[in-house]
Amino acid sequence: MGKLIAATGNQAVAQAMRQIDPHVVAAYPITPQTDVVEEFASFVSDGLVSTEFVPVESEHSAMSTVIGSSAAGVRAMTATSSQGLALMWEMLYIAAGLRLPIVMAVANRALSAPLNIHGDQSDSMGARDSGWIQLYCKNQQEAYDTLIQAIRIAEHKDVRLPVMVCYDGFIVSHSLSGVTLLDDDKVKAFVGKHVPLYPLLDSKNPVSYGGLVLFDFYFEFRRQMVDGMARAPRVIDEVAMEFAEISGRHYGRYEKYKIDDAEIGVVVLGSAASTSEVVVDELRAKGIKAGVMRLKSLRPFPREELAKELGHLKALAVLDRADSPGALGGPVGLEVRSAFFESEKRPKLINGIYGLGGRDTTPEHIASVFYSLQKIAEGGKVEEPLFYLGLRGGKDDGRQSEAAIAQARAAGQRA
Amino acid sequence: MKSEQKENPGASAKAVAPKEKPGWADVPIGAVVLEAGCGVEYETGEWRSERPVVNTDKCINCLFCWVFCPDGAVIVENEKFKAIDYYHCKGCGICSNECPAKVITMVEETKFQEANGEASAAVQGNGNIKAKTGGKGE
Amino acid sequence: MAGNLKQLSHKPERLASGHRLCAGCGAPIIVRQILSGVDGPLVIANATSCLQVTTSVYPYSNWRCSWIHSAFENTAATIGGVEAAYRALKKRGEIDEDYKFMAIGGDGGTFDIGLQSLSGALERGHKFVYVCYDNEAYMNTGVQRSSATPFGAWTTTSPVGEIGQGKLMGRKDLTAIVAAHRIPYVAQASPSHWKDMVTKAEKAFNADGPAFLNVISPCVPGWKYDTELTIKLAKSAVDSCYWPLYEIENGQYKVTYRPKEKKPVVEFLKPQGRFKHLLDPKNKQLLDNLQAQVDRDWEELLRKAGEG
Repeated sequence: MGKLIAATGNQAVAQAMRQIDPHVVAAYPITPQTDVVEEFASFVSDGLVSTEFVPVESEHSAMSTVIGSSAAGVRAMTATSSQGLALMWEMLYIAAGLRLPIVMAVANRALSAPLNIHGDQSDSMGARDSGWIQLYCKNQQEAYDTLIQAIRIAEHKDVRLPVMVCYDGFIVSHSLSGVTLLDDDKVKAFVGKHVPLYPLLDSKNPVSYGGLVLFDFYFEFRRQMVDGMARAPRVIDEVAMEFAEISGRHYGRYEKYKIDDAEIGVVVLGSAASTSEVVVDELRAKGIKAGVMRLKSLRPFPREELAKELGHLKALAVLDRADSPGALGGPVGLEVRSAFFESEKRPKLINGIYGLGGRDTTPEHIASVFYSLQKIAEGGKVEEPLFYLGLRGGKDDGRQSEAAIAQARAAGQRA
Repeated sequence: MKSEQKENPGASAKAVAPKEKPGWADVPIGAVVLEAGCGVEYETGEWRSERPVVNTDKCINCLFCWVFCPDGAVIVENEKFKAIDYYHCKGCGICSNECPAKVITMVEETKFQEANGEASAAVQGNGNIKAKTGGKGE
Repeated sequence: MAGNLKQLSHKPERLASGHRLCAGCGAPIIVRQILSGVDGPLVIANATSCLQVTTSVYPYSNWRCSWIHSAFENTAATIGGVEAAYRALKKRGEIDEDYKFMAIGGDGGTFDIGLQSLSGALERGHKFVYVCYDNEAYMNTGVQRSSATPFGAWTTTSPVGEIGQGKLMGRKDLTAIVAAHRIPYVAQASPSHWKDMVTKAEKAFNADGPAFLNVISPCVPGWKYDTELTIKLAKSAVDSCYWPLYEIENGQYKVTYRPKEKKPVVEFLKPQGRFKHLLDPKNKQLLDNLQAQVDRDWEELLRKAGEG
């Protein structure tokens, strides 16, 4: 079934876009997303798609163009990273508010300043309140699979919200991996024909998009948009099941790895989940009951499910590849912490910020987190609720230095 | 092109205007307005402090008043001036100022209504129906 | 070519009455005239502006053709997306009808914040007509200066005070900037000259590529004049050569209306409160400067049109 190729995350994403063959793709190049645009442009040039490719002059125009196309009544896609996503900011909210089922690939990258081109999730984390569905992928295969599913999720009549498919810059976007592609006709059949709702290109039924909506109606429209998000989990799950039937690959809104019988665990998004799984295997071999909860769907956030699945843990670390300066912790940390508020059974919780600007997060780093968790699980006391993983500069004010990591690790090994 | 449904999940724009406003589950998705040109239901004639009164006997049907009207409030029928749509005329006076035959006089609204009664104030001529719909659509 | 008014009166009104633009506003006159120059299915993208907010107060819309507003600075990109969608559907045989596309914004949305998006869409060759209704300041937010505001004009951000005497800089020649994109059709028009306007609209909609119309749009509260003078002022702008009517068709400049007698610019300024201070004898130099700018631009235009 399908065809195994060696592909980077960007190439896998571009292949998915080729097979989806959307009516319109408008995009602007930015590292680390650039290859998506280049590959797709070559598909257009080679006649492999019938897409109108609009090589816009900015990301703001990229999002504006796909908004115009989607409202016109066609399937429209784009891709970006970092500053590009930041430049789109205004239009992200508009795409969601107009309920346009746009699908966008985001190769996650740090935000300036200082300028940095490498992977972290600050860019899409900042867009988490924009009304977009956000799905974070662990590897190249999942980025490919998820992009195809995203079309169905976005366009579902109960949802009608744009979807962001996020994958880590460079770690996933640029590294080669085996990716199994579905047959073109299978993808075509899976995504189906685009059925527009209220297209501008319907001269018999002219419609107006984007009017001025004042205090008498605005609130209702925003609430209605939230309802689209509330209906999304069921749709995401249904689409995932259907996709599993044609591909043999299934992804949940969250993925558990040895967490059910674990005593300590981490919550993590994206590629760091793979690293965490390796560490868990090592720890399990030593008899330490560790597990991983990978959160795929940040929006909608599976609050009840996480509280239920993780409530039995003695200690939990949420790892954030983005920070929220001045807040209690990173964005995912805040949300997971909130998810437990109404639970009687809940673990001790710590929150680590890791990997900003592409800083390597090694198995040793992850292991050090588990050893800290072990200490907390034994002693029942949290000394550092917020820490920085793999940061130079010594231990002060909530940061965990390299020395502290080594110390924690040594303590863990003794245990 | 064919679209999914013409049936709105919520109420139509017309149905929601202006009194009973629907709850969040019943408003149309994405605030899209499905009834083209329904804004004609909103009457701007109340803004007017002066009204154009046309001496139709002397009108030369040049239609300058029509082409220069910001509000589409000059009703033309069979290539001739028919009436002023007072439901929408804001009383700017451009028609009067541009009329080459000088047959449009701006009259103070209060004085006009004192002299003619409010009931007669809506439309001059007999273009009632068209006036209410603000001219022909597509 | 544009017919006479009797013929035009048969065209459907695509902008319904009941919009909430000020009494005497130039913008809807422009829209009505331009839309009488296009037949068949049409999609309009509207930049955030007076025109946009007053024609779309929910649950109403005053548009009888499909219409979209997404933001302020991206109207050209938005209509480019609609037009690309149309081309994609045509290519796949999924649409039969022939559509036209128009974008419209004020000078703020065109000269300033939307210039990049406009330039990009023109360069990419989307087939659409961009209309700038140029009322020479940010009127929707209450009269702030833009790069279309003329030299000497009062606005709330170029106020007249002890030292300040209105805007110190001249306006940007956007028509020339657009023409530099070498698109098939560029023109300047005025609602006072309806036939010229409708003819230009027809040419623009039939151009083989992007087209641009820059249209002067008198603004009652922003220019500070009496509501009935809108068309008179627009005409006065043309007769003083403050706002010459011309077109650039495939690179060829042509003056489409040459006043028999070029009036002094002061005749255009006089009825407008925003220029009141320029009539003060102490500001004679400023007034002379403005006249000199108008003269310079007019002569340059005549040279470009081979009439100099």
